[in-house]
Order: sequence, then C-alpha cells, then structure tokens
Amino acid sequence: MIRFKVNGAARETDAPPLARLLDVLRVPLGLTGTKEGCGEGECGACSVLLDGVPVNSCLVAVGQCEGRDIVTVEGLAHGEELTPLQRAFVEDGGAQCGICTPGMLVAAEALLRRNTRPTDDDIRDAIAGNLCRCTGYQRIVDSIQAAAAAVRAKGSRA
Amino acid sequence: MTTNGTGSREKTVGTNVSRVDGRAKVTGKAAYVDDLATPGALFGATVRSDVARGTLRGIVKDPAFDWTGITVVTAADIPGDNVVALIEDDQPLLAKDAIRHVYEPVALVACADPVRLQKAVAAISLDVEKLPPVLSIEDAEAKTQIIHGTDNVQKRYVIEHELGGKTIDELIAACDVVLTGRYAVHHQEQMYIEPQGMIAHWEEEGGPTPGVHVTGSLQCPFYVHKAMKRAFGLEGDKVHIGQAVTGGGFGGKEEYPSIVAAHAALLSKVAGKPVRMIYGRKEDIEATTKRHPARVEITTGCTKTGELVALKIECAMDGGAYVTLTPVVLSRGILHAAGAYKWKHARVHGWAVATNTPPNGAFRGFGAPQTIWAIERHMDRLAEKLGREPLALRQQNVLGIGSVTVTGQTLTESVGVVECIEKATKASDYFVKRAHYNEPSPPHARTRRGIGAAVFMHGAGFTGSGERRLKGKVQVDLEQGGVLRVRSASTDIGQGTETIFRQIAADAAELPFDSIVVETPNTSNVPDSGPTVASRTVMVVGSIVGKAAKQVADRVRGTGAGDFAKLADALLAKEKTVSALVEYEPPLKIQFNDETYRGDAYPCYAWACDIAEVEVDLDTFETKVLGFWAAQDIGKAIHPLMCAGQVEGGTLQAIGWALYENVVWKDGHIMNPRMTNYVIPTSKDAPPFTTFLVEHPFSGGPSGAKGVGELPMDGGAPAIAAAVEQAIRAKCNDLPLLPEDLFRAVRAAREGARS
Repeated sequence: MIRFKVNGAARETDAPPLARLLDVLRVPLGLTGTKEGCGEGECGACSVLLDGVPVNSCLVAVGQCEGRDIVTVEGLAHGEELTPLQRAFVEDGGAQCGICTPGMLVAAEALLRRNTRPTDDDIRDAIAGNLCRCTGYQRIVDSIQAAAAAVRAKGSRA
Repeated sequence: MTTNGTGSREKTVGTNVSRVDGRAKVTGKAAYVDDLATPGALFGATVRSDVARGTLRGIVKDPAFDWTGITVVTAADIPGDNVVALIEDDQPLLAKDAIRHVYEPVALVACADPVRLQKAVAAISLDVEKLPPVLSIEDAEAKTQIIHGTDNVQKRYVIEHELGGKTIDELIAACDVVLTGRYAVHHQEQMYIEPQGMIAHWEEEGGPTPGVHVTGSLQCPFYVHKAMKRAFGLEGDKVHIGQAVTGGGFGGKEEYPSIVAAHAALLSKVAGKPVRMIYGRKEDIEATTKRHPARVEITTGCTKTGELVALKIECAMDGGAYVTLTPVVLSRGILHAAGAYKWKHARVHGWAVATNTPPNGAFRGFGAPQTIWAIERHMDRLAEKLGREPLALRQQNVLGIGSVTVTGQTLTESVGVVECIEKATKASDYFVKRAHYNEPSPPHARTRRGIGAAVFMHGAGFTGSGERRLKGKVQVDLEQGGVLRVRSASTDIGQGTETIFRQIAADAAELPFDSIVVETPNTSNVPDSGPTVASRTVMVVGSIVGKAAKQVADRVRGTGAGDFAKLADALLAKEKTVSALVEYEPPLKIQFNDETYRGDAYPCYAWACDIAEVEVDLDTFETKVLGFWAAQDIGKAIHPLMCAGQVEGGTLQAIGWALYENVVWKDGHIMNPRMTNYVIPTSKDAPPFTTFLVEHPFSGGPSGAKGVGELPMDGGAPAIAAAVEQAIRAKCNDLPLLPEDLFRAVRAAREGARS
C-alpha cells in the first residue's frame, strides 16, 4: 500500500509503485480534473502540486508519493467558494476549452503562493510548462494578474 | 470590463457575462470524454498500416498469442457500407483491399485490459504488397503513378473575372509592371490539447432509446450521425450522437470524429459491451487530419503608380489519400486568393491532388490562410519592385464599400478594413518603426528588428449557396418558470457558444440571462443547425437562436399581462409544449452560381489588419515576437472578452505555423508525432497582444455580428514573415520560418548579391 494525502485527505492505493500518479488520481481515486494531453511531460495538463511544487503527474511514479501531500484542481476551491485564481479564469478569459485549465491553475497557484506581485514575465515563466492552444496566453496572463491583485487586496492566500 | 448576467433584464449582448461553463472548468468538474465513467467497458485500439501504398493481401493474427477476451474486427464486420460518408464515398472505415496511406486503419481490437490490448495490436500483422507511393503535390502532378481518377486531381475550380474575351496572360502583358512569384505553405497539426475520443454502446430494441449511442469529443454531431447511418445501415432515429465537453477542435474535430465514432461503435457491436476509443497523442498526430499544404503561383500586372490591374493565380493543394473535405477547403482557398484588394481582371485556378499521405482536412481558416499567405507575400514583393511602402500599397488598393470582388460581388455594407489599418498602425507606431528598422544597423549587431503588416478578410458562413442548401435549424422550448431552452447542434468547443447563445436569446426574448438554458447537443435532442465550422455559429445559427427565442417569448406575452414566469406556466398547463423551430434563410440578395463561381461568395466578410514586430538573432536565427497588434472588424462583439480570446488564440496558431510548427515526413511517415518535437508556442513564445475589435455591423447578423472564428488565423503568418524579412534583409516565400530556413534565406540573399 502506498499512502499519501490528496487535497487534504488521507488516501491509499495498491497500484504498482511504477504506476503513473496521473492514472492513480484519475481512475481509482476518481479525480478526473487532472487531464492527460501528451503523456510525456510536455503539455502540463496533468500538473498537480506535490508538496507545493507543480509537477507533471504523468511523469511521477506513484511509489514516489509515499507520505507526501498532493493537491489537484479539485482541491483548490474552499468548498463552493472559488479561489481568486479560479474566479479570474472564469471572468477574465483564462479558460476557453478548459482542458489546460486545471494544470494552468495549479501552476499559477504555486506562483501566487510565493509571489503575489508577479510581473507578466514571472507569470509567463511560471506557466511555460503548460500548453494552451486556445487563448494565445494573453488572457491567462491577465487572469493571473487579476487574481494576484485580488489576493493582495484581501491579504489572503491564493 | 462590465460583468453582467444573473437575474438582470439588462441587455447582455456586448457585455462580458461570466462564461457559463467556467465554474465547471476551473473546478475540474467538466467531464470530457475520457473523464466519463463506463463500468464494464472495453478499451478499443486501431491496427494501422505502416506502408504508404499497397495491396492488402491479408491480416495475420499471431497464433502464439492468447486471444481470449479479445475482440478483433475488420472491414468484413461492417454491417452497412464501408465508407466514411461525407462528400464522396472513396474513404473506407477500414481498408479492405487497398492501402492508400501510412496510418490507414485496417483492423480494430478491443479488450478489458489496456496493457493486453496493446500487446494484441502488436500481435496483428498486415500482409501488404507495396506499391510506389505518391508523396507530394509535384509527385501527383507528374502522374507517374495514378492513385485517383485519371489524373490524380480530386477537384478543380476556376474563377474568371472581367476577361472581356482576352486571356489573363494578355491582360497582364499589357500592364506597366508585371511580377511573378511562387509561394508555398506546409502542413499544420491542430494540436487541440484534448486528443480525439469516443465512447460507444448499443441499446436493444424495446428499450427506451434503441440503437447506437456515441458520446465524445466533436464539433459536428450530425456529421457523425450521417456517417454512422451509412456504416451501420440504420435509420436516423437509431443513431444517437452526443457531445462531451470538448477540449478544443480548430477544425480537427470536424470530420475525423466520424471515424473514431464508427470504430468504437463497430467494436462495441461485435463485443457486446461499451467501448472506449480514446487516442493517445502520438496516434492523434499521426492519423488525424492536418492543414492542406499548398503551392501558389501568382502573376500580377499593375500601373507604375501601383494601381492593381490584373491577377493570375494557379493554386495547388495536397488533399491527401482521400477526398474528405478537400473540395470545400480548396473552394474557400480560391475564394480568398485575391486577398482584400481590387482587381480589374482576374483568373484564379485551383486544384487539389491526391497523395499517399493521411487525408488533410479542416483547420481554422480552411484553405484561406494558405492563399492569403501567398497574396500577402506577393503584395510585399510588389511593393519592393515599385519602391513603395508595403502597407501604403495595400491602402491604395484595398476593397471598400462599392468595390467588386473577383467573383463579381459588390460590397454594400460592413467593410471596416480602413479603420482596422488605422487602429493597428497607430497603436504599433508601424510607419515610424518600419522606416527606422530599414536604416543600417551597427556593424556586427547580434540582433536586428523588423515590423510587418498583413491586410486580409474572411468570408463568414458557408461558401456560396451552402447555407441555402444546409437549411440550419434551431428550436427553442418553453419550460416551467418561464425558462427558455435553446436546442441547436452548434457545439461549444471552448469558443463560448453556450454563453453567447444565452446572451443572444436573452436579449431577443427580453428575458434575464439566467432564464435561458442551452441544451448540450445530442442528435436525438436538437435539430440539425449545420456544423460548427466556417465562422457561422454566431452569425448564422445565432441569428435564428434570437428569432426562435423571441417567437416563444412573444407567444407567452401574447396570453396577457403580468409576470412572465406565471404566464409561461399557465400557457404550458394548457398546451403541454410551447416551442418554435426556425430555419435559417440567407438574405435574398445573396446569390451565387456554384457552376461559374460568380456572384456573392459570402453574405459578408470580416476584415483585419495585423502587425507583427520581431527581433531576429543573427547568429542563431531565432525569432522573438516582441509585439502583435490585431485590429479585426467582426461586425459586433457579442462578448468582447471572448472575441479578443478568439483573435489572440487564432493569431498565436498562425504565429506557430510560421515560426515553430513543422510536420517532418519521411516515406509517408511522420517523424515527429509528439508534443516534444512538433513544437507549438508556449507562454514564453507568445507575444503580448494588443487587440482592437472594430464593429462595422452586418445587417444579417445578430446585433450586426459577423464571424470571428477563422479570421485571426489568416494574417499572423504573413505579418510575421514581413517583419522577419525586414530583420534579416532576405526573402521568405515559403513557410515555415524555422531558424534553418532563415539561415538559408540569408545565405541565398548574400550569394545573390555577390553574383
């Protein structure tokens, strides 16, 4: 058994240690918010936070996750209340088809946790591993800036 | 930005209401096809050819492999016609005798265990007698091998404009300045981030919804419906095609989903269980459609002062192994080939040839980016020859109200191109920068900058008489509490259809935004509104969404005065169903002759000016896009934020096509079928965008709206090329503009200067 925390709750799996974290999240744990776009770490649609650091869950063996803390897109909102990032992606055009959105949100969450005053270049660096084919990225950058402003105004966490 | 919505009766068109699928998408709850749970389902996979052309002699199952619990089907198992029904019947669902391209599907396999499934696929070998393949436009034109008809030509069109009994060559020869150029473009992969996928199951006769059920990632549910009826010999009411949340399409999910759906359904029928057919990225890149490569030769005649006179275009496109949508792509390509300019005389000749490569298909722009690339490069070549500033030459010749296009269409309204040019040039400081970057740079400078422009238009809606034949329909039903349910086949694939239809319906019915719901398309629940393609969703389908919503609301209000919801409930208690079914009628004045290609090619056009500023590293020839200004006349922005998102996203796809993306072929195989080596732009590659939505309304669109989907794909590549050319002081007539291409262009320019 491999034991870890997912979105704050203790979970376990009897999957082989070399199973992809992505598959364990999606199938036995039913957390299908994490997407597979390429299966080789290029697109970032499967990004999750592993101990607060964004990783491509298609490249993480679940055996590496023993005792660790995983956050997926399903774990971002506080109940029904969306985070500033989630709200901004809805209001400011950050999400179109939505397939890259979970990974984008996770990558942006990691950025805002360490820097609530990012430059546009900081944002473009932080999401450089997350491909979007719909938006041209401008509205994603704008959404993350809007969320950063909301976080600063509230003095709350991302 | 105005955020509107909820229960307000305020008008919502023109405001940025919250996108209605936003919450589901940011919380991970939106269910895409691979997210749908299907207990007891098998996984499906495809056995494909690894030969470009040959005769299939047999399909061999390894006798040493344990085949228990594994379903294998071939062409012989197809109950109906073995065709992918679309335009012509030349493409089989599964190859039977002939192999016509690498990755052609030959057999299908299903198994409950995905690991054994892959082993089973590997345990099937194809016995193919190889034949010499045709792998390029030039190969096909050489006719050494005939693989289609008698001359390898899949389709041919000619447009002739005001030749007055002369040949176009004579008319050009009589001009002061004559210029010939040859321009080429390459394949492009759509690269939606969600790969193709379908889930199929069958329900027995006697059940509530007997027949085949397929749900998946798609743009056009009724295309799949049509293909499934033929493949299984079923009546329409036995075929139920539904859309899952779809992770991007860009044309790539226009026609190919019919194949995935029929394959999943065939396996499901034979195995007697639901089947999930979800493509991996490599299979998706290899097997599914791409943008048509094209070669365009242009000869023009003009006056010494730069007035355009006569135009001759010879355009060849590579259709791939089967006809699929190629005739339509070619048609749109040649209808945009003359660009946004006035020509007194023109002859545009286009043909598409068959090759032994996977069929090329729909991709945003649909033939227009290819021909607009050519005419825009040619305009820059002409400006050089005349010693003119390239954008000034365009301004001198651009179409306007009262101008006549090369199909003989007189433009009577909604031409905002002059305003687009003004907005984009002013914001980018184009003329000052263009002059500045022409000055000699310091010796041994590592980088040099350039700025370039493209001016272009894109027809909205189906070409020619298409909409008249299509007769798209929308139904609006009244529901309890005064709610209106919009039923249309137009899919939301990220562009925001659901939100925008609610805006249009709410305003037309004078109801709050929240009183409108939009049915998720399923062929059993919605009428056929036509496909979600061709920049037609808002302008064409949106216009009848508004009409139908208004009809239903008017019926309710006609029953008396008072609260709408109470009146609605009273009416429903009396009549059980209250609904309106409205069919699209193109404006009567729009007339086109499909035989002669004369008349109104489109009800209206969207217009644009794009400006790109780049910096090229003169050692590595890497291009950095410093800024991009797009001013686009789309009639009316129903939802300005989403429109800007369309413009910027489409433009970045065009920038990707120019600077990064390249399908590498060898003997009909794709050598880079991965995201690792087929490179699309990242956030670091994308420039900051400055977007202007220009609004010159079209009388036939809802609130004046025209199409916005494809237009942004047309101008990015030529604007980038114009900027890159200025930076490297060398010519780029062919896409792509990878560093090695720029290196070759610079070397050729230096050798040319020496000789």
